Parts: sequence; structure tokens; C-alpha cells
Amino acid sequence: MRPLTYSRASAVADAVHAVTVDPESAYLAGGTTEIDLLRQDVLTPGRLVDINDLPLTGIEETRGALVIGALARMSDVAAAPAVRTRYPLLAQALEAGASAQLRHMATMGGNLLQRVRCGYFRDTESPCNKRRPGSGCGALTGVNRGHAVLGTSEHCIATHPSDAAVALTALDARVHTRTTAGHGAYHIDDFFLLPGDTPHREHPLEHGELITSIEIPDTPTARNSTYLKVRDRASYEFALVSVAATLQLEQGRISGVRLALGGVATKPWRARRAERLLLGAGADRRAFAEAAREELADAAPTPMNAFKVELAQRAVVRALESLA
Amino acid sequence: MTATAPTPVIGRPLPRVDGRPKTTGTARYSADVSLPGLTHAVLVGAAIARGRITAIDAADALDAPGVLAVLTHENLPRVTAQPPLLPSLAGGPSPGQTFCPMQDDRIHYAGQHIAVVVADTYERALYAARLVHVRYREEDPVAVLDQGRDQAYVPEKIFGGLLPGRSARGDVEAGLERAEVRVEATYTFAPNHQNPLETSSTTAMWEGGRLFLHDATQGPAATQHTVSVMLGIPHADIRVYSHYVGGSFGAKASTWDHPLLAALAARHVGRPVRLALTREQMFTSCGHREEQEHRIALGADRDGRLTALRHHKLSLTSHFDDWAETSLEAPAQVYACPAHEGVYRLVRGNTMTPTFMRCPGEGSGMFALESALDELATRLDIDPLELRLRNHADRDPASGKPWSSHGLRECYERGAERIGWDRRVAGRPEREGPWTIGLGMASAVYPIVPPSNPQRARARIYADGSAVAQAATAEFGTGAATAMAQVLADALGLPVERCRFEGGDTDLPNVASTVGSTGAAMVGSAVHLAAVALRDQLIGRAVADERSPLHGADPGAVVPVDGRMALRDDPGTGESYAELLTRHFQPDAEAYGSFGPPQGEPPAAMITLGAHFVEVAVDGELGRVRVRRMAGAFAPGRVLNARTAKGQLMSGMLWGMSQALLEATHMDAATGRWANPSLGDYLIPVHADTPEVTVDLIETADHVVNPLGVKGVGEIGQSGTAAAIANAIHHATGRRIRKLPMTVEDTL
Repeated sequence: MRPLTYSRASAVADAVHAVTVDPESAYLAGGTTEIDLLRQDVLTPGRLVDINDLPLTGIEETRGALVIGALARMSDVAAAPAVRTRYPLLAQALEAGASAQLRHMATMGGNLLQRVRCGYFRDTESPCNKRRPGSGCGALTGVNRGHAVLGTSEHCIATHPSDAAVALTALDARVHTRTTAGHGAYHIDDFFLLPGDTPHREHPLEHGELITSIEIPDTPTARNSTYLKVRDRASYEFALVSVAATLQLEQGRISGVRLALGGVATKPWRARRAERLLLGAGADRRAFAEAAREELADAAPTPMNAFKVELAQRAVVRALESLA
Repeated sequence: MTATAPTPVIGRPLPRVDGRPKTTGTARYSADVSLPGLTHAVLVGAAIARGRITAIDAADALDAPGVLAVLTHENLPRVTAQPPLLPSLAGGPSPGQTFCPMQDDRIHYAGQHIAVVVADTYERALYAARLVHVRYREEDPVAVLDQGRDQAYVPEKIFGGLLPGRSARGDVEAGLERAEVRVEATYTFAPNHQNPLETSSTTAMWEGGRLFLHDATQGPAATQHTVSVMLGIPHADIRVYSHYVGGSFGAKASTWDHPLLAALAARHVGRPVRLALTREQMFTSCGHREEQEHRIALGADRDGRLTALRHHKLSLTSHFDDWAETSLEAPAQVYACPAHEGVYRLVRGNTMTPTFMRCPGEGSGMFALESALDELATRLDIDPLELRLRNHADRDPASGKPWSSHGLRECYERGAERIGWDRRVAGRPEREGPWTIGLGMASAVYPIVPPSNPQRARARIYADGSAVAQAATAEFGTGAATAMAQVLADALGLPVERCRFEGGDTDLPNVASTVGSTGAAMVGSAVHLAAVALRDQLIGRAVADERSPLHGADPGAVVPVDGRMALRDDPGTGESYAELLTRHFQPDAEAYGSFGPPQGEPPAAMITLGAHFVEVAVDGELGRVRVRRMAGAFAPGRVLNARTAKGQLMSGMLWGMSQALLEATHMDAATGRWANPSLGDYLIPVHADTPEVTVDLIETADHVVNPLGVKGVGEIGQSGTAAAIANAIHHATGRRIRKLPMTVEDTL
């Protein structure tokens, strides 16, 4: 492995300072993806600042919102009673991700920042605009069965791999950060960037900006929610398609709905078009199917992943039906 | 009074003797061996799939901390000779391919080894390997069948020259002509990689001109012979150890170039070298199951009796070897069909030479055949099991000989009962919410290959009554060490706790590589014969010894019981081995056993058979397939250890499920590079995929195959499994999937 410097920070300000002043540095949290990528020479930091000792592991209710520390482990968040009762979709999404061992290590902040599973990103011999801007995209005409059909660009079609981020997107979560200058906050929709012409920029964070917590607003409708994940094997596998959904009905009409898609887009995909169509509509299969069709109308599939367009629509219908 | 026959130890479900060392971490694998002055080698693989190296610059790598040497085609010594391709079952040199890298600047496949970096630590070697800068002149590769389809040819021979590229019996054209029903279909298969948990590794050390290799292999002798020929040093100067091997599935069945490179690197730096492949390198260093497609045409009369079967296979091989996994031979022996034609067609491409992988050949051939039979059953509206019974082969259709033993009917019966086959109604699957439930079945077959040279073992008993059997076989997770102790115990009449098996060292009596489901039969027979020879030797000594209570007895009337030699008709008269040896001031006694090769033409045809029955649930709206139950019944002759045998058969079935639904290595056709070389992206089943699995052992007496009547359980668990699953999916959905793996988009 490439030689690098390693240090452990015990205070947030120290960590942020250490990384901010060294452009070759990176944070190390759970390391469940980062270490692999270091070994594969995909990531090449000269310094790792280990932040596992920082006091950012809390899961607390504050003024109705739930605030999850950036270093809370996926397994702890999934097990938290407040998460299980108030946001079942998030608990389900977390438990559908990775394996038990990885969930014990991986942190919530790291989960949001996890890198794509694209084989061309991970193969340093292949062109990849994310890894080496301007080098091209091997996936566009290569093996792209797992790749995105929404939010793609001619420079990148890699799928955002997180499950938890899909649930958090449906929940309008906010991402809180620290910089050497102070505090920052992003609505989750703004936190993930579409690849466009700059696929190497996946989020708006400055170098050294550290995620400190994720805030989930009070969302009573989320008590009736689900996370449906379709994948090639029954566990320990990324989504081909996933759906995070909440649904509230009043007198047979949809009075509240949140929908986000995973596995099909370059970022966790909030299905706002579908939501708009569903609000006020009857909670029936036809309405669900039409909303799903509308959401996928702009899909740009490849021959290998064309099935995702149909599968995503069916998954939306199935998820909503299970809540109706 | 007559001695009651002792309860045989053979067959008992004893726990594996290697279980504790493996689960507690005390077992030492080839890359665990620690030697004074050990250094570490890391391979560099070619970035391109076809072309030439125009420049290779190792300066940065050599400057990196801890680096001792960088070997490339520019400074690596040329090999003395390239042995021909030959499966390691034959016992001689057995390279996985006849191309040795780093001999010139030519690149034939992506990942081809082009440099070896040696450093004082593994991490430093890994880093420096990234600093070897290579420039290429690239050519367009042929990486998938579609790029070379028009250049397909029928090879004269495949499989190291052991099998013809074309074979036929009867008149297939006439058989298809007179058929009242014909099924013609094409089945396609993604390439697969074996992916054992332990990546291949070799630790090499030279001492005074002698070479010592710790190598992860299915055949220590194969490594010895291959490296010896390629280095031009005497066989006698190479000793190979392989005490524990962390799985293989064919990846370690042949000798690839890394043991040779480890040896050359160790010679170059003058220190021991450990060379462990990375997981990514496992995809470009040990062969793979090739991309292939099978075309089947079968004809039958209205009652479903087969009139002809034509089975053609098209597959991708390397530029240097005519290799195809043997998909067409054993499947041609399952059913009574008067006419059969098997033809291999090959396309040369920019890949390694393909190789053995779990149920090599039958795993693909039986998917095609058993799927086609299911299609025939549907066409004729005959129950799939009934169709197979109507075509039951009472004799070997290939040779016309009777079977040495069979057992397929009993397997059908037991499996059908387990799964509840009689509740199956064609075209009417059961439903549970979004799931439709389908039942499917298929036959299983695996060939029996007799030894091509003597398989030897040594049995030794010590004066304290403990015994050890030895042979140069490797224990790579099959349970061999446990079963061999059982064989030894029965032949000597010793408690099994007093018996031990030792292997994994070429200084021990030679056996061929443990491949092709032959380990139990070959090593077992050799151990049995050695132990019987030792027993007879000691009984002979006793009856000739005036001081023995057995003096003067007929040796044939003396039997071994509970560590004693005693008169069969008067068990009170006798003595222990220990008493005999101690009296003669003899610390131990030993004898050799040698099994095969068979003299003359065997009187009967030999084959291993079985049957699969599976229940799947299909959520067609979301394309999800879940295998719920698998019932396998197999007739492996005599079973040495019911626990390890069931374990092997069960895992074979699960690998079959894996082949059916998950396993695929995706080739990037433009670059010729594998696109998913990791266990994160090459999917194999996890526990959540694993259904309820039952394994029934139908033991059959077989006096022809070998002295123990053992046929082997290593691979037949996977033979036909994928077809049974495909057939169940068809029952559930009416959809016929003719490709592996069958994934979401196929059932959507």
C-alpha cells in the first residue's frame, strides 16, 4: 500500500484543522470502503486523520427532530428505538445495507460519502471521469448493468450506492458540517450533486469540511413507511432498485407521500414528480403506476440496464401498495 | 465362539479432524509459512489484453523503500521447457496453460503477469508494483464469443489431447428425422471464476540447489513436476508442501505460473519469497470457466423415447490451448438414446486458457440437456420425472456395457418423495401473495475416471498401537484426512482415534492431484491396500512366531479386532500389534499399497448418478427468484464418511444454485478486462439465499470401480442443479430461461 501518515484526532476542531490545512489528507471513519479503495490505489491521500474518537456518536431527539451523530454506527442507528418507531423506512434501509459486520463499523457520515461501486471507478487501469477528470467513462459503453438510468450525464452513469441516504432523502434530512470557519448545513437534496460535467464532485463540501450530524425533521407520516430493496441476492448486496416510501391517507385519498429511489440514479433520487401526481389521488394501483411511469419518463437506460426502468416502476407500485 | 464382525468405522459421520485447527486459526496455509529472511513478491498484471510491451521502466519501483528486485521479461531467465497441457489427474507435469508469461514482450490477455516486484514487506512490494511503468502497443482484443464467432473451428482434440473434438454414435440425422417431436434450443453461459476463500499463494525457498515450495494446490506432485520441467532441475531436487489449502474449486487443480515465478524470484534475491495473489489477480492468474453456448437438438417419439441427441458447444479458449470444459461426454451416458453427436467448437480469444471449475463440464452440459428434456416434457405433456424414467439407461449407451452400479431410479424415488413431487401439476403452480411456487427436477451425472498410473500410500503402525497413513495428497476442505483415518482404522482393526492421516508433502508416496471427484477413490484405495498389506505382514509375522499365541494358525483365519489380531473362530486367542512389535524390539512396521491402473478393459461401465428436486418461489412482478427447498439424492457407491460426504454434496448443490442465479464474470468486450474482479461484485450466495437442503445418500455396492467401492462426491452435487432450478422457474412462471446465471431481468 502507498505510504501515508496517520494520526488520530480527539476534538472536532483539531480534526477539521488537520485535514483543512493539508490538501493531501482525508478523514478516516469506519473505513469499510475507504480502506479497500486505498489498497486499490483509487484513493491516494498522503495523510489519514482518524476521527473515530470524536464525540459524534449520539442519537438524540431535539425539538421534535432526530439528530444522528456523524459517527453513529449504522447498526446502532438501525437499533435505536426512536428510529424504529418514528422512521421505519430508515431502520429498514440500514438493515438492508451491507452485512452485520460492516454495519457495526460503518458510520452514518461515511455512509453518505461512500464511493460508487462502478467497476471502472475501481479499476485504476480504466478511464473514469470521477477518478481522473477528463479521462473518459468506461461504463458508458462497457459493463453497466448496475448503473444509473436517472440523473446521468455523458461523463458518468455511476449509481449512488447508499440505502440509508435514500431513506434520508425521502425524509428531507439535513446534513450539518463543521469547517475551520464555523458551521454549515445542507438540505439532503443539495448535498448530493448530479455528475453533469463534474462527476468528480459528488457533494458541495469543501476540503476539510466535516459532517458532524444528520438531522431528520419530525415527520409523523413516516410511521407508515417502508424501504423496498430489489437485488440479485437476498442479502449483502447493493440495490438494483430500491424505494423509500411514506404514505398517509385521508378518506381514501393520499394526503401525504414521500418517495425516493435508490439503485437507479446518480444520487439518492427524490421522486418529486411522482409525489405531486399522487397527492390528492386515490390510493390505488393505477395511480401508483401512473406516478411511477411519470417519474421514470426521462430515464436514459443502456441496453444492459434497461430493465431497471420497468423494475423501478413496479417497485414503486409494490412499496406504495404495501402502505395503502 | 465366533468374533462378531466389528462395526465398520467407514461410513460413520465423524467430525472433520481439520475442523478445529481451521476454525481456531492454528492451521497454517502456504502463505502463513514464516521463514528466516522471508521476502514478499507482488505480481504486476498487463493493463491491455492484446499487443506488445514497448517499454517497461522499473526505476521508480526499484527506488521505493524496501524493494529488493524487479523481474520482467527483460531480466527473468527463460524457462528450460514448456510441458504440454495435461490435466493433473494424469499425474505428470500439468501446467494450466502452455503459455509462460515474462518470456517475451507479447501480451495475450489482460492481467497477464509482466513483472514481479520483491520487497522486504508485502505492503512495500504492493506499493512498488504500482510504480512499474509500462508502455504498450495495443491491438484490438477478441474477448467475447461474439467477436470471434466467425472464426470458430472444431479442434481435433480438447482437454490436453485426451478427448476428441467430435464424437458420435448411431445415426443422429436419421434419429432426428424419424422423431415425432423435436426440441432445438441454445443455452448460453456467462464466464465464471472459482473464487476459493484462500487466494493462491506459494512460499519458495532454495537451499543448496534444492527448491522447497509451500504451495496452495490440489496436487503437490503436479507443482513439483511442472516446476521441475520448466526450471530444468531434477524432480528429486524439488519438495512441495501443501498441508492446508483454503478451498480451490479448480483454481488450484493445475499449476499456473506463480509457483515458478516465486521460485525464480527467490533464486534471484537469494532469500525465501512469499508470493500471494490478490483477490483481483485470482481473476487473471488461475483460469476460469469459459464463456460458452450449447446448441441441443433432441428428437423423441410421441411417448417421449429419445431417438437422437445432438449436443454442440461453442466456447472461447486462449490463443495457445484447445481447451473446453468437458460438457458433452457424461451427459451422453445418462439416457438410453440410440444416436448421439457431440461437437466442440472453439474460438481463440484474448483470455487465459480456461480451466477446471466446480463440476467442470457436467455443470454446463447438464444444464443444457436437462433443460431441453424439460422442454420436451412440456411439449409432450409428460411429467418430467416420468419422461426420464422412460429413457432410463439400463446399460451404458456409449459402450453398450452393463453398469458397475447405478442407483438412479432410487435417487429419483427418494428425491421425489422429499420434495413432494406428486403434488406438482404442470402449468398450475401454487401461489402465495406475490410469489408463485414451482417445482423442478433434473438428473445428475459425473464420470468416473480410473487412475492412469499407480496411486500409492504407506501405512505405518507403531509399537504403542497408533497408526498413520501417508500419501502426497492435499487437504483442501474435502474431509480427506478424516475419511482416510477411517479407512486405515477399518483395515487394521484399530480404534479410529489411534489412526491419523498425513498428506501434503511430495516426499510422501505419490498420488495424482485430487481432482475430478477422485480423491476418495484413489487415495482411499491406496490407503486401504497399504493398510491391508501391513495387517497381512503382521499377521504373517505372528503366525510364524513361536512366541505368539497365533503361532501356526492359518493367516486367513486371523482377523484384526480392537487393535488385536485374533482367530476369527476363537477371538480369545490372539495378541495386539503392540505386543508383537515390542517382543521383536521393533518400534514400528510399515507397508505400501498401490492402486491401479486397471489391467485391460473393465467389464462394466462406471458412472456416478443422482437427482435434484427443487422448489422455487418467483415474484415475477419484481423478478425475484428464491430457492426454497433443494432435495438431492445421490448414488456415490460406498460412503466413507456420511458427514463429510453430505457436506460436499450439499455445498455442490449450493454452488449449483450459485451458478444458476448469481455467478458471472463480466467481460468488457472493448478492453478485454474483467469488469467485476472482486467478491463484492462477483456474487456467490450468502446465508440469506440458502434454502432448506436435504441430501440423501443412496449407497450402492460396486465391486468394479476400486477395492473400496467408492465413487466420489466432490462434484456431482452441482451436476444438473441449475437445470432443476430453471425447470422449477418454468413451472412457476411458464418462462423458459436458457441462460446462466438467471437474473432479475429474465424473470421480470
